[in-house]
Amino acid sequence: MQGRMIEMAKKLLGDGTVNRVIGWKKGEFAYDITPAVFENAEEIDADFVYDDFCGHNLSKYLIKESKKDGKMLVFLKPCDTYSFNQLIKEHRINRENVYIVGIPCEGKASAETIKEKGISGITGISSDGDNFKVNTIYGDETVAKSDVLEERCTVCKSKKHVVYDELIGEDGEVNENSSRFDMVAKLENMTADERYAFWRNELSKCIRCNACRNVCPACSCENCVFDNPNSGVSNKAAVTSFEENMFHIIRAFHVAGRCTDCGECSRVCPQNIPLHLLNRKFIKDINELYGDYQAGEESEGRTPLTTYTKEDCEPSIVNERGCK
Amino acid sequence: MQKLSMEKLDELFRKMSEKQAVYLPVDKENGAKFEKWSEGTKMSQALNTIRSAKDFIFPQTENLVDFKVNGKNIEVADTREECEDFVIFGMKACDARSFGILDKVFLSEPVDTYYKNRREHGVLVTLACTKPSETCFCQTFGINPAEPEGDVSTWIADGEMYFEANTEKGKTFIESISDMLEDCGTEKVDAQKAKINEIMRKLPLNNLKTDAFGGDKLNELFNSPKWAELSESCLGCGTCTFVCPTCQCYDIKDFDCGNGVKRFRCWDSCMYSDFTRMAHGNSRNSQLERFRQRFMHKLVYFPANNDGEFGCVGCGRCLAKCPISMNIVKVMKALEG
Ligand code: SF4
Ligand code: SF4
Ligand code: SF4
Ligand code: SF4
Repeated sequence: MQGRMIEMAKKLLGDGTVNRVIGWKKGEFAYDITPAVFENAEEIDADFVYDDFCGHNLSKYLIKESKKDGKMLVFLKPCDTYSFNQLIKEHRINRENVYIVGIPCEGKASAETIKEKGISGITGISSDGDNFKVNTIYGDETVAKSDVLEERCTVCKSKKHVVYDELIGEDGEVNENSSRFDMVAKLENMTADERYAFWRNELSKCIRCNACRNVCPACSCENCVFDNPNSGVSNKAAVTSFEENMFHIIRAFHVAGRCTDCGECSRVCPQNIPLHLLNRKFIKDINELYGDYQAGEESEGRTPLTTYTKEDCEPSIVNERGCK
Repeated sequence: MQKLSMEKLDELFRKMSEKQAVYLPVDKENGAKFEKWSEGTKMSQALNTIRSAKDFIFPQTENLVDFKVNGKNIEVADTREECEDFVIFGMKACDARSFGILDKVFLSEPVDTYYKNRREHGVLVTLACTKPSETCFCQTFGINPAEPEGDVSTWIADGEMYFEANTEKGKTFIESISDMLEDCGTEKVDAQKAKINEIMRKLPLNNLKTDAFGGDKLNELFNSPKWAELSESCLGCGTCTFVCPTCQCYDIKDFDCGNGVKRFRCWDSCMYSDFTRMAHGNSRNSQLERFRQRFMHKLVYFPANNDGEFGCVGCGRCLAKCPISMNIVKVMKALEG
């Protein structure tokens, strides 16, 4: 795959279709990959990589990049295309300045999960498709790829590219049987006190680094209320331990109906807080109350939370469903 | 040197807890974290904690002072309390050195009395690292994980824990537990030190050097064309600064509580867009400038003001946690080469 992508990138740069390419750049170790812009064939040959650790969703970078001169080539995995489409819908990306190549994805691995298995001193990782052979200074280890996937990949919602100019390989299907709402259902079945305790425990780990917000394609405000001292809610100094929790609750509300469930928030959280569960709760509720809806599936049209219909549920629904 | 059977560790913690609060790394579902010992608490075997130990002496948020308004009078209330005595047990060499770095900031004139209060009440008991990770590069900054600094150094070998005091505070601490310890030779510890040193030589970042950095390299590094590429995908989050044991920048916030003001100090990050906002505007408007600041501070400005000491201890937390895997090692390698 990497070879074909490099070939395509060089061709499109060479014939002038695009003037730069955004992709992934190899790191110091076998897994520490960084999103990067490439401007010529030499840079691509030197550092371009596409492997099991290229989890980063590149769509958000296009908000900035698509405002620059010339066209940019971007490689998008199926789930990244939903984020891209949603940003088109929100008029945040100049579509004509982007050339999208859809690339297949068999799930991305998490180096952190590999390390959580007690594997340390990693000097190399190779894959035979199903397993990783991890070389370390303490000896070699083998781990099954399925055991170290990012959470979102274990419940992949779709292998279909919802937007692209060109595809490498065959397009996939939406996965109707994804089990991504299982944990949300579990939380719904808890008592209110248990659920409160669950979230207080999780959110109390937050260090308010803002990585979840800054990586989120739905968080594209020019100036977030939490960064604006004049807003009265910028809570850099959390006076009570509940303030951090408010940040997450407000953020979840703000991205409701727009979050595509790309899973980046949970991937980047240094404290491994399962943030995706908050957003999935909203997605599940929207599906149940307004009919099935997947943000990012379409690049235009009205959305459940921004369209009024007489069939919409009444506010009293909150009481009926919420206070078990 | 003195030793204790690992089987007696619980007993030791119990004894220590009679005199002071004992904090030690404990395994949590998301990694190790410092927690106060209570009956049943087990020490983590993890290499290091996710959050650094700096929380103990420089907490993320603290109330500095309250102002109460009463008509035309303003009453200033000092909210400080004398800190209780505490021990940080099982700190690693990198974090121990970070306290020395923070001391240079907070204990130089004018002394930060909030910090000093906490610092004076704490005893640092460090533990040698037996399984360093590929992200560790403490040795770049002259830190030896086989001989961790701190008031007391410890080693775990063959089911026994070895103790050695390094400071007066450490000696007093060892005396307070001496009836549990027995005198011993240094052979086992020497063997372990040799083993750790050998592991350190095998680590991938073993050859990282600081020669290209320091206070005298300001202009060439500041003006390097490489910052643009290095910073291009930085998210401007604060992960690297908040997990870093040596990042020391803070903000001071006043909250209007209706009848007065509560003044707080909280961690800040040079990676944030409002970090340098002042009345006249912002002096660092691009992420390139903010990103450059973080590394220039650690590799140039800090050594310029502190006898050549760098503002990084090579703990590798930013390597492990940056969402885009951009970090000080990549910056150093790009700038030197
Ligand atoms: S990424 Fe994690 S620790 Fe950082 S602000 Fe978000 S939830 Fe908190
Ligand atoms: S270097 Fe990494 S951790 Fe630091 S602000 Fe940039 S993206 Fe966040
Ligand atoms: S810059 Fe990174 S490696 Fe250095 S002390 Fe801070 S977190 Fe550790
Ligand atoms: S950086 Fe050094 S002292 Fe810190 S955990 Fe790694 S080996 Fe230990």
